[in-house]
Amino acid sequence: MDSIISVKNVTYEYKNEDAYRGEEAVVAAVKDLSLEIERGSFTVILGHNGSGKSTLAKMLNGLNKPTSGDIFVDGINTKDEEREIEVKRKVGMVFQNPDNQIIASIVEEDVAFGPENLGVPPKEIKERVNDALKSVGMLDFKESTPHRLSGGQKQRIAIAGIIAMQPECLVLDEPTAMLDPKGRAEIIETLIRLNKEKGITVVLITHYMEEAQNADRVLVMNDGEIIADDVPKVIFSDVERLKKVGLDVPQTAELLYNLKKNGFSVDTHALSIKEAAEEIIKALHSEE
Amino acid sequence: MLRDITFGQYYESHSVIHKTDPRIKIILLILLIVFIFLAKNGFALGFAVLSVITIMLITKIPIKLYFKNMKAILPVLIFTAVLNLFYGESGRVLLSFWKLQITTDGVSRAVFMATRIILLIFISSALTYTTTPNDLTDAIERLLSPLKFIGLKNAVHTLAMMMTIALRFIPTLIEEAEKIMNAQKARGADLENGKLTERVKALIPILIPLLISSVRRAYELAEAMECRCYNGGEGRTRMKQMHLKGRDFVVLGASLIICGGILTLNILL
Repeated sequence: MDSIISVKNVTYEYKNEDAYRGEEAVVAAVKDLSLEIERGSFTVILGHNGSGKSTLAKMLNGLNKPTSGDIFVDGINTKDEEREIEVKRKVGMVFQNPDNQIIASIVEEDVAFGPENLGVPPKEIKERVNDALKSVGMLDFKESTPHRLSGGQKQRIAIAGIIAMQPECLVLDEPTAMLDPKGRAEIIETLIRLNKEKGITVVLITHYMEEAQNADRVLVMNDGEIIADDVPKVIFSDVERLKKVGLDVPQTAELLYNLKKNGFSVDTHALSIKEAAEEIIKALHSEE
Repeated sequence: MLRDITFGQYYESHSVIHKTDPRIKIILLILLIVFIFLAKNGFALGFAVLSVITIMLITKIPIKLYFKNMKAILPVLIFTAVLNLFYGESGRVLLSFWKLQITTDGVSRAVFMATRIILLIFISSALTYTTTPNDLTDAIERLLSPLKFIGLKNAVHTLAMMMTIALRFIPTLIEEAEKIMNAQKARGADLENGKLTERVKALIPILIPLLISSVRRAYELAEAMECRCYNGGEGRTRMKQMHLKGRDFVVLGASLIICGGILTLNILL
């Protein structure tokens, strides 16, 4: 497997100060975790709050350094301070709140921020900005001010700002958590397109199940560990385990699971509404 | 309405002055202000008045807007004019009471001072109405860039970056303040009534959450900037390049003629 990111036995610990009791405890947010992200893949990391998924995300581009173990991006150790910029350029990062990621008051100037920092010549920056805005479908808003755009549009600008640095991998830490359903759909569509058309590796961290449906691979995290790693269909059919770690299951998966439990012969791997409906029709026919 | 504050006073009317390089505009503003104050006699000042009116007309911005800016400065204007009235050293005495006297010289000083201040307001408004705050920030950074030769390179870049971020976050923070205010009102906070001390006290539950959230935002922004390979001003390029064009030289030339005119009238008459 050609992997863009390899995580090797990584543990991340932080001090949790309890100011009220005056106690200090060392908490491990990520425990001895190993993981390979394949180049060009679309990986979704699921987990409820406090499962360590955000901590893991911030380690993937060297923003946080592992307490023990190593992370390699395209062969570069993220602990190598001399190549820090190179790591951050290769692995772009998008956060939850688009408002706190946008630096300039004009869309195109904000998208240009990354390439400007990298010292790209002005003429090429212009091309990159146009390309990046086009790839997120925001070229028409080039000269607008970000604060007049919707949440989904702002988040697409934030993604364009990363794309303009021409990264090989895009890590998104709950990019849809603050958006309305329409904005969420826009972001997911954009990510699928970037993955398919530009071949950019996508690592999407989320707690929305529906967003995992289009992934090549789904990882489920709980308490700093990966407890499941498979294609979406298999992950979602294991309803009991998902519920145990505090995650919601897509409605179709839960319906099929309950039908099967009650003696109907359905395939619980059906994910979309259409597939599920066909399964149920098939099951009803076989009952007759 | 409040959210448009990032645009400052910018008013789009597609004039030549709008398109002029902001660096040229800033330099010319300083130059013209100096020459307006250098105008010694009525002819020179009259010429300056005519020139400023011409500039105002070229900007195609409604004259009404220029007078709007005057309101704020009116007390200062009246104060300066009145003070100057009593400073006449020569000339015919027009009025005299107690130890003070108003002479013809004093009247002309007052008129000169008032006219100069009015011109100053008009000409600075012409800059802020025709230039977006972003362009102003950019131009200031570039004009100050020679400072890097005396070891202040990072200071100039940092200052410009701070201005950019401040401009960007003004509307965001205003929105946030409105949200917090509404949330506190919904909990029964009374922000409009009461004595001054009570109203100041009522602001505390708004300012504290605003401050905390700003610090959080700053932290997140710093992380986002780091992820976008920000590493200070070193080795940074800019997408927007400023190049002087033909019309910039025309504007520059016209302004130099105004300055020359004022100087000539000063000497000749």
